This record gives sequence, structure tokens and C-alpha cells, in this order.
Amino acid sequence: MRAKRVKFENINKIFITGDGKRVNAVKELDLDVEPGKFVCLLGPSGCGKTTILRMLAGFEVPTQGHIYIGKENVERITPDRRDTAMVFQNYALFPHMNVYNNISYGLKLQKIPKKEIDRRVHKILELMNMKDFADRMPSQMSGGQQQRVSLARALVMEPGVLLFDEPLSNLDAKLRIHMRDEIKKIQMQVGITSIYVTHDQAEAMGLADTVVIMKDGKIQQVGSPIEVYQNPINTFVANFIGRANIFKGKIISKSEKECEVDILGVKFKISQNVKKDVGEEVQVVARPEGIVISKEGYKGKVTKSMFMGAYHEYEAMLGDLKIEISVSNPRNKKNYPLDSEIDFTLEEDSLHIIEE
Amino acid sequence: MSNFRIKLETSIKNMKKMFYDPILFSTFTFVMVILILFILLPMFNVLKESFTYNGEFSLIHYRNVRDMHENFVIILNTLKLGVVTSTISTAIGFFFAYAMTYIKVPFKKVFSSIAILPIVSPPFVIALSAIMLLGRRGYITRTLLGIRNAEIYGFKGLVLVQVLTFFPVAYLMLVGLLQKIDPSVEEASRDLGASRWDVFRTITLPLMVPGIANAILVIFIQAIADFSNPMVIGGNFTTVAVQIYLQGIGNFDMGSATALAVILVLMSVSIFVTQKYYISKKSYVTVTGKVSRQREKISEKGIALPIVIVMSIITLGVFIMYIMIPLGSFVKLWGINNSFSLEHYRYVFDLGMKPIRDTTLLALISTPITGILAMIIAFLIVRKEFFGRSFIEFITMMAIAIPGTIVGLGYIITYNKKPLVLAGTAFILIIAFIMRNMPIGIRSGIAALQQIDPSIEEAACVLGANSKKVFTSVTLPMIKPAFFSGLVYAFVRSMTLVSTIIFLVSARYNLLTVAIMNQIDVGKIGVASAYCTILIFIVFIVVGLMIFTLKRMGINDISE
Repeated sequence: MRAKRVKFENINKIFITGDGKRVNAVKELDLDVEPGKFVCLLGPSGCGKTTILRMLAGFEVPTQGHIYIGKENVERITPDRRDTAMVFQNYALFPHMNVYNNISYGLKLQKIPKKEIDRRVHKILELMNMKDFADRMPSQMSGGQQQRVSLARALVMEPGVLLFDEPLSNLDAKLRIHMRDEIKKIQMQVGITSIYVTHDQAEAMGLADTVVIMKDGKIQQVGSPIEVYQNPINTFVANFIGRANIFKGKIISKSEKECEVDILGVKFKISQNVKKDVGEEVQVVARPEGIVISKEGYKGKVTKSMFMGAYHEYEAMLGDLKIEISVSNPRNKKNYPLDSEIDFTLEEDSLHIIEE
Repeated sequence: MSNFRIKLETSIKNMKKMFYDPILFSTFTFVMVILILFILLPMFNVLKESFTYNGEFSLIHYRNVRDMHENFVIILNTLKLGVVTSTISTAIGFFFAYAMTYIKVPFKKVFSSIAILPIVSPPFVIALSAIMLLGRRGYITRTLLGIRNAEIYGFKGLVLVQVLTFFPVAYLMLVGLLQKIDPSVEEASRDLGASRWDVFRTITLPLMVPGIANAILVIFIQAIADFSNPMVIGGNFTTVAVQIYLQGIGNFDMGSATALAVILVLMSVSIFVTQKYYISKKSYVTVTGKVSRQREKISEKGIALPIVIVMSIITLGVFIMYIMIPLGSFVKLWGINNSFSLEHYRYVFDLGMKPIRDTTLLALISTPITGILAMIIAFLIVRKEFFGRSFIEFITMMAIAIPGTIVGLGYIITYNKKPLVLAGTAFILIIAFIMRNMPIGIRSGIAALQQIDPSIEEAACVLGANSKKVFTSVTLPMIKPAFFSGLVYAFVRSMTLVSTIIFLVSARYNLLTVAIMNQIDVGKIGVASAYCTILIFIVFIVVGLMIFTLKRMGINDISE
């Protein structure tokens, strides 16, 4: 296995736009990706995630800092000699070549013997379930098929790092889920280091070993999908990954293991070691599924009620605070119609304190 | 029902429908009459004349062409000229287009402006300045290099002049195509291990092959149809287009002239058909779809600098060519007595303002007719289903491929005798202007209309607009830019037309371009330059006024 480590050291990227403005696209980026890991760069558009990917591929040059692929500093290495292969958002297949020639393109440039090329292309076509497509032209294929070829073209190079630039965003919803599963399956099979850029949090959660959440060129949080969902570091992360109710609370007491917080007159024990002192204000994240219907707790007024099958989604006003509640497995549970009163409380286990 | 039955019944229904729609029917009839009278009939008469000897069917004219060594050489000359000019022009055009799209080039506007010059300039400008710079009394050849017997007249001079005239055509065609290549396709190739040269060799160039072939064919057609350049600078190197004129007007030998004309039409139409129906469909570039991000331009000095230097030299050369004309018009006797003089202008004004006035007037009359007619025909072709639609489309498209000399020849044969004696009148000159410029106006109208989603017009219709209201309130405003740029184009082209009208001018109506040609013919370079300068001046004034008025009307985007 030749999966490689990727390391970004204090990277800054500044673009000068046409009218002379400076745009700081990536700020002080430090990131270490272990060999064979699948890392998703996640964030809204314009957060710098694609720039990071393009710097790794060599299409952009960092204004400052160093990038390592394996042990090698790649500063002076042009894109064609870097040990990366990229899957593009718009597939970027060569329109004048058939599938076979698209996939064998990079191998031919490496002057690999014809027999070996043939063997590797057919192996990858088999892996992709595309044995019968070798002679097709890109224009004769659907978007999903084109993206499979694009993935095959990158994989056949057996690169040290595989780069994905929002590869599924041009596909329809159903195909996207299918391709997502396929990418995950193949990546685990091949065990290749992968950096995957997306703005779709479901895609990131499903694929990644590690999720890197970005905003305005800066990393907000790095962690496993479970970590970033359950312990978001700030409100941006909490809101970007899933949905979140954010309450203001006051610390009443604290110990090494847990602290007690007063939220709108109700006390909760949260097992978290907080730095702030007793009496200070904190923000508490409660996921919609962490809010339970219960007589003791708060009284709200239902402003939205949607039955979604697997769960029932409510929106309730608590004073002027809007609360999202998700009741899972709603069969045989009470239905709260619009404008009715709803009693609920927060599940202590699922609360998380943000100390910003 | 068989497919044929369905097709037949649809066209019968379309025919019936037309009779119920009086506006459509009368427009259709009018357009058909014009096309028959001024395109089909003259072409048919050229064909008929070429097969007629003493009133009977005969192949003698073709036999003469075959047997006379001179004519055979002329046909070979024409092919050779077409091949050489189109290849070199396309190579230079591609070079410019590639540099402008892929390389960081300073002063982009300067370089791209040379693409516009040949479109607005009279056809003689480059030939005339080539004589002044490189001829026997040329500034470069004689004054700077001291060569006594430099020869600009002939094949080499002609190729030089044609290449400088036509390479911007290739540039404009190719730059659009290069911009449509999705940069991520090239990035993918880079990422898979291709060097810059590999990317060019395996991706960019193969993707451009259909476009390059297209440009070569288009320029080939223009080069073999070109009349004015071979006429003034060809010397002993005669081409078919010139020979048609010399035989027809010089020797009154309509038999040979028409036989040569048929041969020339066959050459250009067959190439035009190849280009239009075969090569144009082979474009890969459209397959890659919309461009996802801007291309990173190459800024490495080692690549960019030599390219910019070569571009600068060519561009400087073209600019010098254009500056020579006004310069030459103020010089007493070029190459011999280079002192300042207004003599040539005095001579021009002594000869009379009539050609200047006539040309401007006739061009101004024909311009709006051309524009309106072109838009109406374009609208009919794109939006209406009617009997004869594809016929009209085919005829107007073929008209682009027919060399101007042959249209002129057709007119002089057809309208020199009763029942319609039009030769020598202003009417036939106006018709010539219209018929030469309308086909291109129709093409740009069709292109503009095809870009408008029919659902926009359907939306207007659903909201209660009838078909006339839809046209005036939705369609027309959206094709306005195409219409007005078509007007500018038609005016400039009318002012600078040579090939067709050289057959049609008379003592009553002599036109500027013909006057320029006559002056070059007798060696009065200074007077020709003065005429040219005046012509350029008028074009600038009128086009400037047009653009100014349009800006005030709120139309800014007049391109090409």
C-alpha cells in the first residue's frame, strides 16, 4: 500500500482580485492527515476548502507555509509530478477520447508498457462495474457513469493521495447517495489517503474518518463525525452539522467531571469539564432529537407540526425563542396540533456546552 | 401511418395554414420573389450562359477552359493561393487566439483590436501599403534595405496581403472556441502527469482540430473568392475571380467568364458544404459544457515573453500597414519625393465629389433595408413552420458561399437586356449591397433568436399577447443588439464592397472602391491613398454616429 501522509504547515493563501482587492482565502492552516485516512473538508461556499485542495494538487501556490506529501515538501513540484490524482466536480473527462483512453491517459504518459496498461485499466473497469463501457465516448454516458470513469481515471494511477472536488454535486439526489456509498466502499477496499471537499454535511458524515469544518478560510473544528456532531466547538459548527437549538445558561456549580447549568429556570447536570467559573454565562446546544416531551420542564406553543414518517417534527415558541423538536418513532404517540400547548424538557445526556 | 405520410400531411397542413395567415403569406411571397430574382435567376443564367454557344447547348466554353493553358494555370493558381493563405492565416490566428486565452498578455486591448480592423477597412488598405512599404519604391525595400528591384506584385506579395487580411478571421473563430474549453479538463490532464507541452499536444490541440479545420475552410473560401487583392497586387499571378472579370468585362467573352464562374462556384460551394454540414458538427468543445472556473494563465517568463514578442511584431506590422494610408496620401510622390503635399486631395476634389457622395448615399439607403429584411427572414426561419422554410434557409446560406464576382457577373448577364434593364442604375447597386450583406445578417439573426428560449415567447402568449404583440414586445427587444450590429456591419461592408459592384458601376454611378482600384491601376498611389483615407473617414464618422445614437437609446452591447 502506498497511501501517503499529507501535512499542511501554517498555510496562508492570499488572492489579489482583478480590482486590486486582497482576499485571504486560507488562513493559518495546520492539518495532518494520516496515511489511508478519509478526510472531508466541509464548509459553506467560499470558505477556502477548494483552494486547499487545489494547493495540494499544485494548481495554486500557497502565499506562505509548506505542504508535505509523504515526507516530501512539494513546494517546487509541478502538478504533473505530484503524487496526487483528482476527481473533478464536472468530471473533466477528455471529450475526444473514449473511456479506455481516458483511463489509460496518465499511464501512457508514464510510458508504462502497453500490456501492463491494459491489465490495470481492465482491473479498474471491473472494480467500477464498467467492463462494457471501454469504447464509449463521454458524450454517450450519463452523469453518474461519467463520474465513475473520472474516479477510475484517478484510481488507476494508484496515487499517494486521492483528491475529490465536490464530485457528487452535479448528480441527482438518488444517484448521489448511491455514488457516495460506492466511493466509501472503494476507498476502504483500496485504502488510499483521500481528501474530499464538499458542502453537504450528510456526505461528509457518511464518508469521512475525519471531518474538517471551515469558515472564512479558517478551520473551526477537526474531529470524527461523532465528535463534531456531539461536541461542536462553537455555534457555527453546531448549526452547520445538523440542526441545533442554542440556549443561554448560567453555571451554578462545577466539578472536574460535570457542571450544573440553569437554563431558563430549569437546572441540568451536564458531564463536561468547563473552564468558565460559577456564575458565568454559557451557551448550551440541544439537538432536536435531544428534546423530549415531558410534563416537567418548559411550556411552549406549537407553531409548526410536520409528520415525516420516521419522526415527527415540531417547532415551538418558548417566549421569543424558537425551539425545534424531533419526536422519533411517532407511532402511537400523542400528536400536538398547531397552536396547542406542548410540554418538553432537555435530555441531560445529549446537552453540550459551548464556551465561546 | 408511415413516416412519409405524416411528413407529407404536415407540409400540406403547413401550406394550408399559410394561406389563412395573410401576413405570413405576403411576407413569404415577397421574400421568395427577391430570392428568385436576385440570387437564383442570376446564378441560373450564369450556368445557362456557360453551356450556350450561338444560342445552342454546347460544351465549348468548358473545353476552352480545359484546353487553354492559361486558364488551367489560373485554376491551379487559385487553389494554391487558397491552400497557402488559409494554412498560414489559420496558424497565425491560432497562435494569437492561444496566446490571448492561455498566456498572461499585457495590453490585451491593443492585440484584440487588430481583429476588428480588417472588418471595418476597405479591401485595398493592406495591398496599397504593401506596395508602399515593400514595392519597387517601397520604404523598407528601397530606402531602408537599398534593394533596387524588389517585386511585391505576384504570388508572395499576394499571400502576404491575404494573410494579413484573413488571419483575424481565424483568430475570432478560434478564440471563442478556446475560451469554451473547460480548464478543468486540462487540469485533469496535468494532474495525471502531463507536462504543459503534453497538455497542449494531447488535449488542447486535438480538441481544437475541428475548429482549426473549420477556420481553414472558411478562409479558403474567402481567399479564392477574393477579388480586390489579386486584382491590385497579383501582377502576373492571376486567379479565377480576377480572370472572370477580365474575360467578362475586358474581353466581352461571357462564355469563358461564365464557365470559369461555374468552376469557382463549384469549388467554394463544395467546400462550404463540407464545412457547414460535416466539420461544424464535429465540435468536441460543446461536449465539455459550461466553463467551471477561470483559467490560470501561464505567466512564466520563458513561455510568455517570446510569445508576446512575436505577437507584438505582427501587430506592429498590421498597424504600420494602416498608418501608411493616410501618410501616403499626404506625400508628394511616394519613395521619390517624400515632401508634404495636399496635391492628391486637390486632385480628388477636382475629379468631383460624386463617387464619394454616391457611395455613401447608396450604402445608407441599403443599410436599413438589409437589416430589417434579414431579421424578418431570420424570424421566419427560426420561429415559423411553413412550406418552403428550409428552401429559404438553404438559399440564403448558400448565398454566403457564392463569390461576389459571380453575383456581379450574374446581374450583368440577367439585367442588361429586356424586360428588366437595370444595369447602370442605382437600383441594381442597392440590390447588390443588400444581397451581399443580407445572408450574414440572417445568420446572426438566427443565432440571436436561437439563444432566446421559446418559453419566454410562450409565456408572453399565455399572458394574452397575440403573435404580433409577442414579436414587437418580446422578440424584437431581445434581438435588438444583433439587429443594430447587423446595421453597422451592413453599412461598412457596403461602403467597402468591390467584387460585385465592379461589374455594375457605370458613368452615371461610379463608386469609391472602384475609383481607388482605378487609381492603383494607373499607379497613382497617392490619389488612391487619399480616396482610401476619405473612405475610412466616412466609415468612422457614420459608424461613430450610429453607435452614439444607439448608446443614447440605451443599447450598448454592439459587438462584432
